[in-house]
Amino acid sequence: MSTIQKSEFWRSFKSAAWLGWQIESNWADPLLFFIYSIVKPIASASILVVMYGIITHSNFENPLFPYIYLGNAFYIYVSAVMAGVAWAVIDDREHYKTLKYMYIAPIRIPYYLLGRGVARFLTGSMSVFITILAGVIFLKLPLDLHMVNFPLFFFSLFVGIIMLSMMGLLLGSITLLLVHHSFGIAEGVAGALFLFSGAIFPLEVLPAWLRPVGYAMPITYWLELLRRSLVGEVAQAFPTLVSFSNLQLIGILVGLSVIFGILAAYAFKWCDFRARERGLIDRVTNY
Amino acid sequence: MNKTAQVKETSPGTDNSTKVTGWRLFLKTVIARAYPRLIGQQREKSWMFFDIFLPMLAVSSYVFVYRAIQAPEDYVGFAVMGGAMTAFWLNVLWGMSSQLYWEKEQGNLALYIIAPNQMMAILLGMALGGMLATALRALAIIFLGSVLFKVGFVVTSFLQLFSVFMLSMTALYGMGMMMASLFLLLNREAWHISNLAQEPIYLVSGFYFPINSFPFWIAAGASIIPLTLGLDAMRQLIFASGPALGFVDVRTEIIVLLVLCVVFLVGAKFLLAHMEKLAIREGSLTDSRR
Repeated sequence: MSTIQKSEFWRSFKSAAWLGWQIESNWADPLLFFIYSIVKPIASASILVVMYGIITHSNFENPLFPYIYLGNAFYIYVSAVMAGVAWAVIDDREHYKTLKYMYIAPIRIPYYLLGRGVARFLTGSMSVFITILAGVIFLKLPLDLHMVNFPLFFFSLFVGIIMLSMMGLLLGSITLLLVHHSFGIAEGVAGALFLFSGAIFPLEVLPAWLRPVGYAMPITYWLELLRRSLVGEVAQAFPTLVSFSNLQLIGILVGLSVIFGILAAYAFKWCDFRARERGLIDRVTNY
Repeated sequence: MNKTAQVKETSPGTDNSTKVTGWRLFLKTVIARAYPRLIGQQREKSWMFFDIFLPMLAVSSYVFVYRAIQAPEDYVGFAVMGGAMTAFWLNVLWGMSSQLYWEKEQGNLALYIIAPNQMMAILLGMALGGMLATALRALAIIFLGSVLFKVGFVVTSFLQLFSVFMLSMTALYGMGMMMASLFLLLNREAWHISNLAQEPIYLVSGFYFPINSFPFWIAAGASIIPLTLGLDAMRQLIFASGPALGFVDVRTEIIVLLVLCVVFLVGAKFLLAHMEKLAIREGSLTDSRR
């Protein structure tokens, strides 16, 4: 039984990842798709670079610049993975009208939804890499490969991607029950987290009453760990999380990720049950 | 009941007892297509929350970046204005350019084509309804941004401000009508192209910073997007430091916007006729390749 179960999990995830990749990529030839994948994040980063450049007279040596630039670059994963998993529900239910077939196929829906996020993770990784590379080449981003803490980087990245997938599953679960605002929820949450997690500015800039929201979000600690692993001394210059050691940050990140994982599992179970009860799985709202 | 009364008592687009032709039909089509955009908004007020809330999040992020790097306070106003104008650009992308693609997906496009009205009137109705509905959202963003971030306005000429806004909108929605014709030939690419045309346009059009930060020829090239000059002119007219940070003087920008209005509206008419013929000939009007 255990072998069959594992096989079913893997089958769901692998098929969904392949399907997601086909949907994401096969509308254009590879070159056009590559350009499409990098233009958007580069433009997004360039807005911040121009804003920063005109105010500081292109003082890219200031520690604030790598803080903003790296935070913005890694935030691509939030929109890609979290929103990607949640978007799979809308895409399958409303656009392709295939969610009902997925439900009767011999797969596990939560694993299927997580698998659908893989394609976005891959395209997101490409965007993150290109964005950082552009920063190093053109803007003298102080990234020295000899100084990078690779174990910390890869561990943080891994935990962060799992955490974002769980947050995506949580949103996807809620999306199963939504009619009118299913299109906006992932975008709204990603936008709110961009503001509250200190992705592109230190949390001290936020009004004091808003800062606790940032401290409660695992993304805040994840971005801090990624910054510290890549540009250690620069990242530690900011007072936001200066009192926490790397180990403490890892502990908080893992703890919050586990909490979101448990929340996502229960939320999916409940929302899935309610959606089946109310006949929402094959609904097309045309909204 | 006479015919006039009959027309008045029926809702737009539903009167089939009176034969209307010529400019009356054109006008009725415009109103009929604008109607659902305005009324739809009233029927689902909660959409207003998302349409205002999402751009406000982006605006707030950029404002806090400006605060983090200790920018002059007028830059906060620039970001708020730019954030409000994103509502129009998004409406043009998703509500105008991609609209015929959505209609094709849902099977309405063929009905539009076989109905005895002009497609130009349908596009104009879409533009008018979209513009009015979006103006409310943009105003709400400006109001909220101004209150939350204490933006100070110094309006130098209300007449010029009104002219710039109206010309920008006419040229922008004319551009949207033109792009709608091009999108008629697209399938899944339409979604991706609209998606792609957000951040790069925010960048080159200077939605969150003055466009004169770019070299002259880049800014001049970006002026093909009507919001580039529109936004620059509006900033010059409502912020104390606006004229010093402007790209070219407001009068020149008004003249260029006038030219853009004519080019885009005439272009939309010709391109629509051409694309319609092409799509009918190739039989791709009802071809929905998901």
